[in-house]
Formats: sequence, C-alpha cells, structure tokens
Amino acid sequence: MSLEILAVDDSRTMRDMIRLALEPAGFTVHTADDGIHGTEVLADTAPDVIITDINMPRMDGFGFIDAVRDQAGHKTTPILVLTTEAAPELKLRARAAGATGWIVKPFDPAKLVKALQMVAG
Amino acid sequence: MSDTHHQETIELLTFRLGDQEYSLDIMCVREIRGWTKATPLPHAPSFMRGVINLRGTVLPVMDLSERLGLPPRSHSDRNVIIVVIHEETMTGLLVDAVSDIITLPKSDLQPPPEATSQGSSAVIKYLTLVDERMTRVLDLPNIVAFEQSDAA
Amino acid sequence: MSSPDPMAEIRASFFIECEELLEAMQDGLQMMDDGTDDSETIHVVFRAVHSIKGGAGAFGLEALVRFAHKYETVLDGVRADRLKTTPQLLKLFFRASDHLSDLVRACRDDTPLPIQNGEGLLEELESFIATEPSLAEPEPEIDFRPVGLTLDLDLGETDDAPAASPAYKIVFTPDTEMFENGNDAFPILRALSDLGPCQITCDTNRVPPLDQLAPETSYLSWTVILETAADEAEINSAFEFVDGLCTYSVEQTDAQAELPILPALVDLPPAAELDPTPDPDVTTSNAKPKEEARTPTVAPKSVVRVDLERIERLVNLVGELVINQAMLAQSLQSAGLSPHSDAMNGLEEFQRLTRDIQDSVMMIRAQPVKSLFQRMSRIVREASSAVGKDVRLITEGETTEVDKTVIERLADPLTHMIRNAVDHGLESTADRLAAGKPAEGIVRLLAAHRSGRVIIEVSDDGGGIDRARVQQIAMDKGLIPNDAVLSDTEIDNLLFMPGFSTASTVSDLSGRGVGMDVVRTAIQALGGRISITSTQGAGTTFSISLPLTLAVLDGMVVEVAGETLVLPLNMVAETLTLTPETLDTIQPGLHVVRVRDGFVPLFDLGHLLGYRQRQDDYTDSVALLITHEDGRSGALIVDEIQDQRQVVIKGLDDTFYRAPGIAAATILGDGQIALILDPTDIIAQTPDQSQALRAKSRMEA
Repeated sequence: MSLEILAVDDSRTMRDMIRLALEPAGFTVHTADDGIHGTEVLADTAPDVIITDINMPRMDGFGFIDAVRDQAGHKTTPILVLTTEAAPELKLRARAAGATGWIVKPFDPAKLVKALQMVAG
Repeated sequence: MSDTHHQETIELLTFRLGDQEYSLDIMCVREIRGWTKATPLPHAPSFMRGVINLRGTVLPVMDLSERLGLPPRSHSDRNVIIVVIHEETMTGLLVDAVSDIITLPKSDLQPPPEATSQGSSAVIKYLTLVDERMTRVLDLPNIVAFEQSDAA
Repeated sequence: MSSPDPMAEIRASFFIECEELLEAMQDGLQMMDDGTDDSETIHVVFRAVHSIKGGAGAFGLEALVRFAHKYETVLDGVRADRLKTTPQLLKLFFRASDHLSDLVRACRDDTPLPIQNGEGLLEELESFIATEPSLAEPEPEIDFRPVGLTLDLDLGETDDAPAASPAYKIVFTPDTEMFENGNDAFPILRALSDLGPCQITCDTNRVPPLDQLAPETSYLSWTVILETAADEAEINSAFEFVDGLCTYSVEQTDAQAELPILPALVDLPPAAELDPTPDPDVTTSNAKPKEEARTPTVAPKSVVRVDLERIERLVNLVGELVINQAMLAQSLQSAGLSPHSDAMNGLEEFQRLTRDIQDSVMMIRAQPVKSLFQRMSRIVREASSAVGKDVRLITEGETTEVDKTVIERLADPLTHMIRNAVDHGLESTADRLAAGKPAEGIVRLLAAHRSGRVIIEVSDDGGGIDRARVQQIAMDKGLIPNDAVLSDTEIDNLLFMPGFSTASTVSDLSGRGVGMDVVRTAIQALGGRISITSTQGAGTTFSISLPLTLAVLDGMVVEVAGETLVLPLNMVAETLTLTPETLDTIQPGLHVVRVRDGFVPLFDLGHLLGYRQRQDDYTDSVALLITHEDGRSGALIVDEIQDQRQVVIKGLDDTFYRAPGIAAATILGDGQIALILDPTDIIAQTPDQSQALRAKSRMEA
C-alpha cells in the first residue's frame, strides 16, 4: 500500500530518518519544518497520514493538530504524534488535541510503516 | 601456471638528469609540462627554483639535480617539469628530459647497497636494470617532504 | 548517485544539526544570563536539548540520551514556571551545556565519553528535580496503558507462549470520540486479524432507525474470536491509540467454533464517514487552550547546506575569472583601443560584474564569529573555575562576519589568549579588592570591521603588564642584553618572543608549553597581525587585525630587481620619492628618510629578499611608507610602482619555504606568479635598526 505522508518536525535528523524509513516502503513523504510550514505544505498536498513532532518553533505540534482538525478536509485524517518518551500525559494531551496516535522515538522503521498502514486503514 | 600470473608489477616513469637515469612510480605523477619561468622564493634553498602557475594553483618547483646534489648544469628547452603529488601536496620536479614509461615486475627492484645508504641514496629507494642500464627509483616522500628547518 | 549508507549520512547530518542546536542553546542561555531573553528563549533552549535527545535516541547514544533527558527535565521545570532561574541555576545550565557539547562530540568522534563531570552534573540536575516534586519522573502508569509501538517489545522472547495457539474473545465498542481523532475501527480489526485467524462479528443492535440516527455517532460494536500465539500485550497494542476512546475487553476463551462464520468485515462504512457534513461543535469540542508562550516568533532563516568543496571550486573559478579579466584588460589596452570604444566600455562593465561576483562568492564563505565567541565563553568558565577567579566575559560584535577558514584557525590562538587573560591578565580576587576593583574580573572579546580588515580584541581589566618584571625575565632568560633600554611597547612585545612566559609558577591553565609567540605565528599565518597595549592597573588589550577574507586583496603592484611584488594597499600610508635632502645615513647599511618631523628607517627590498646586493645610493628611488598599528614605521624601497589592483590570494603553505615578510602569492594578468608581501613583518625584522634610530632621535632632541 503506497501512502502519502506529511512529516512535520523541526529536527532535520528526524525528518531524514522518517524519509529513510518510509520511502523504501514506497511511501511518498512530504516534510515541513514546523507547524506553520506544515499547514502551508498541507495546502498543496493531500496526505493519507500526518506525522508531527510536538516541540517546534513558531507553531508547536498541538497548535498544528488544531489547525489541521479545523480544516473540513482533514477532520479525520490520521495524525501520529512523535514523542521522545512514553510520557503518558503528553499522549493524553496529544489525543485531546485530536491526534490519532503516537510514535515513540526512536522508532523502528518497520513498526513505523506498520503504524502508518494501520491508521491509514 | 607461470609465476608471472600472480606477480605484482610496477609502472615507472623514467627520466634523465645529466647522464644518469632516474625513475618515479607513475602513480605519483600527475602530469608533465614544459619549463616556464619560475618566480623565485626569497631565502629558499637553492634547489627551490620558485613557484609557477599551474592552471591557477601555485606550484613549487625544485631542481631535482640540485636536490640530489648533482653538479649544476645549464637548462635547455627540452627541460620539463614532472608534477608529482605526495600527501595531497603537488610539487614540480625539474628534470632534463623524460625518457619512457616502463612496466616491471616488483621483484626486479632491489634496495640500494648498504654502502651507499648515506648521503643522496636516502632519496633512492630501489635500483633496477632496464635494457642493461641502471635506473634509480626515487623515494618521493624523502624528496618533497623536506623539513623546512633544513632549508633555513 | 549512490549513497553508500543512508544511516551513516543521517548520522553525520545529525551531528551537524547538533552543532546548530548547541549554538542555539548557548545563545539562549547567554541571553538569559544577560537578561535579554524573552518568553520564547527558554523554549528554544529546551527544544535544542530535546531535539538532541531525540536524535541521540535514534542512534542508540544512551549516555547522551540519559544526560539530555535530565537536563531537559530541569529546563522543562523552568519553562513551565515551576523553577526559578537563579544565577546558580544558570551556571549549572552553562556547565550542563558544556558537558552536553562534550558528549555530542565524543559520540560523533567515537572517542571516550567525558565521564568525570557527568555524574556530578547529573546529581546536581537531580537535586533540582528532587526539590520540585512535579518534576519527578512521571509515573509510567495512568488511566490507560501506553504499551507501545515503542518497539521495546521483543517478540523473539515469547518462548513461554503455549504451543497450541489459544483463542481470545475480544469485544470492541468504539466511542464517538474515537473517530474524531482520525481513528477508525477497520484498521484495528485488521491489525487483530494480522495476529492470527479470527472471526469477527458486528453487533448492529444499537444502530437506531435512520431518522433517529445522529451523524458522527458511533453505534457499532464488534466481537472478535482470535486464535493467536501472540500474548495479551500484543493484542492490546492494536488498541494503543484508541485506549480510552472505546470500550474493549480481551479474555482467553475456548469458544473457537461457537460463532457462525461471518464475512470478515461488515460492509458498513466507518461511522465518521456516515455524514460528511462538517459539524463545528463536534470538531472543536476537544480543542485544548493554546499556550500563550508559544506565540509565533521570527521565522527561521531559510538555509541551504552546500558541500564546502563546491564553494571552494566556485571561489577558485571566480579567482580565475578575475585573473582572466585582468589579462583581457591588459591585451585590450595594448591593442590601443580608445577608452570610449564599445570594447573598453564593455570591459568596464565586465570589471564591475566580476567584482560583484567576487564579493558575493566571498560572502558565501563568511560566517559570523558568534560560534567562535561561544566557544570562548566556555573557555572563560573553565579557566576561571580552575584558578578560582570570578570572571565575566563580555562579547561585542558577534555578528561580525569573517571567512570560515579564518574562524576555524582562530580558535586555538584565541583560546590561548583567553586563558592568558583569565590566568595572568586578571589579578586574584584578593588583589582586586585591595585595589578597589570589583571582585568580578572582566574579560572582553570584541570583533569589528575596521577599514577593510577584521579586528578582534581580547582585553581584561586586570593589573596590566608588570613591565619591570617582564624585562627582568627577558634578561634572566637571555632574550635581551642586560643593558637593553627598551620602550614600553618594546617591553610589551617581549611577550611575543619565543620561550617567554611570565608566570612564575607554571599554572595548570596557560602553562601548556604554548607561548604568545605561537599565537603570533598563528595569526601571521592568517595574514594577520597582533599587537598589545597595556595600562598599569587598568588592564591589557591584545588586538588582532585580520584580512576580511583569505581570498582577495586590494594590492599595490611594484617591481623590485625585475621581480613583480604585491603589497596590501591599505598598509601603504604614502609613497615617497627620495631626494638628497630627505635621505640620511646613520651608519653603513642603515639609511633613514625624513618624513615631516620624524626619521623613518629605509628597507632595501631587493636586498632583503635576496634579489641583489645592497644599493649604495637611494637617491631618486621610490619608497613606500608603512605604518604599523603599534606606531612603528618604515619605508620600503622599490624600483617602480606599476599598478593598483585587486588580486586573488593564493596561499603558500609551509612546504614552500616561506620567508619572513612573504604573506602569500597571486597570479598576475600575464599568468606569472607574484609574491604578496607583509610589509609590517619586514619592518619588524630589524630591531637593531630601530634602536640605533632611537639613539639618533635622542641625540638630535
């Protein structure tokens, strides 16, 4: 299954890692550097799943999820949040913000692919 | 099966200094070019002929005869500069004339005799015979990586 | 283009990113220290540490993750206003940053980790975490189980799983909210079916008649009988994202065949898609309040990373272009074209463009000195704590841009100078207090552009150079004759003599076998000069003057004994024609020229550079007046001034037998190489001359 992914993370390393994990699986990966950039990229793309970091400059992950969910076309687009550790309250907050699920960094490429396929349905 | 099958070979560029024949491993030779006027470097040792413009880079040129302590001679138009590279540094070596490129089995190379291991032979790595003529294979690092303190 | 190992590339790029993050972190802390921070600053610092931790985790750099995590936790406390930023805490942050930098570099270079400071720092950080209970590590267990895609699950170790696959009965009823988060029932059922053969039944009993059906409300429920070797944890992991958004139960059962086999999945579309009409009330109902502190700030600068080699190639090509343009100009001129001809007008335009291109290309290599200054702030911290002095570093002109290579090669000399300033320049705290100074010593680091060069100054507000002692040491070491009469400047310059060290006890800090002579050599190798000024009781200033770039120079082209030489134009104060009236001989071989009211020693370039014998008579020669920043001056005798033009600097490395006074080389319009001189180096070469000269001045006075 080939999916189109939008990955939003201010860390170049993390963007590269996501790209490296997903492109060999046949996914198309768009990236953005922060929430604001993410909404801009979103305007020109139609991702099947969005991956976003939480701690970012300008607009953080929560703000970005908000912005995505505010758009009629993305009310149900799956959004996975990248978190560094299994901090439960972060996950709860992400969920409250409208995130679909989360990925704990460091992630295993195979599991990331699986998680994306899972939420993409 | 002959021995030559797994015998390693070496390619040498041979050239003349006076009436003697010398050679260098071709792997360290970048190019050969004609003599052009060099800009002298003040207070450099006399074997340093100065620097020339090699397509935009400043190339130091040394007179190989003088470097090896051979008697000084006048230069002619046939003189050429062999551009060599050692540890990413390029140097030009002024020689009388380039003779040939030859391929030899490495086993034909002999270290120079002990007796001459003083003086100039520190720059000679091997001796070998080519068409019954002795050619000296130079030890490039010892020639170009010349301590500046020696020069001062 | 094939990339050998993408992971290795990402790893390399991670460490580059780390450098940027470390810089942002240092910047933020500095701003907090200076009181110039705003609400965003602490977030920037936090994010930097956080991102380093994230990347480090990806590469399994555990020590880095561990330290960054503790550091981040304390930063988070400040960020959330649970901790106050005290000077003490800031100091800890600075030290933690230094240690983090060390860890990053150790990981990058695969060198042993710096352990000694680490544990102490961790404890200190811990102590802050401990004082603030809310900072304590979050409990791993709350109302839902974060099982995870965290891949820590080692599937290979389920050896004790029963041989015969047991069956589980799973009942799953999504809440309406589950769909609002972009989750869906279908993927979960599929994830379950991936675990083994299963029977799925959909319970549609709760679906109301169509006219009562509310859009975006979930009415369905599923029962799954799953035969699998996987354990419960794995089954639970399918529900990870929806835990708390649905009701589900998992229990072991032996009721394999009890249910009729149904089509695996119902043909009902997912609930959320039942009615695509947007319902703002629903979609925004769980929006959380926005955090005010996270207001958007300045957008990050858009940056392209370019391989340095490509830039080098471009710089070289532009250099060629400049030379080529000079050659073209030369041949057009010699062809006798009218200055108003199209060709000459075109050439002028070409010249202007070439210069613009050159400037732009040089800008690519220019970098602010900030990163360098940041490293120095660390040196100050380390040096001051090593000698037990209270020192504050003040930096100015951090945005001053200098060629990248210059910055890199300044790090070592500057480090040494900063250590010197802390160690020798500043007095002990007791001495400072006794002298009526504040206990805290100041070391100032300044960068500025001044008349086409970069000036970098290191100054302290210490006691100044003890000249009597310096002279005594120089005599004791045989560096100067015992009867030498030296000016203050000359005494100060003794510090640059090889083998000179003022510390009577070799301290741990600057007594590392490196003297100021090494610093001077390093600066000169960059085409720069260093000078020193000192005021008794008020402090010492070292001033470094560097070329803006290592690549171009506005030069004066002169001829000496048939050789073409280039001098930096900005060092030539004046050109003089020598007449019998202005010329004077002090002793054989020592000539001076009278310039206004002073005598300036003459330097015979042709002789000094070994081109020819010393001349006897300099009447009608041309001399170039050079004034050094420290007040010394000299006049260089040349045969002819040819031209003033911009030249491309070609470095001469040490294998070139570079003589004193020779700074570099360039390629002229005719393709020949000309040497570029460092005139101040030449006039500094002969101190005996200046002494004799002073003797004459005294006699005449």
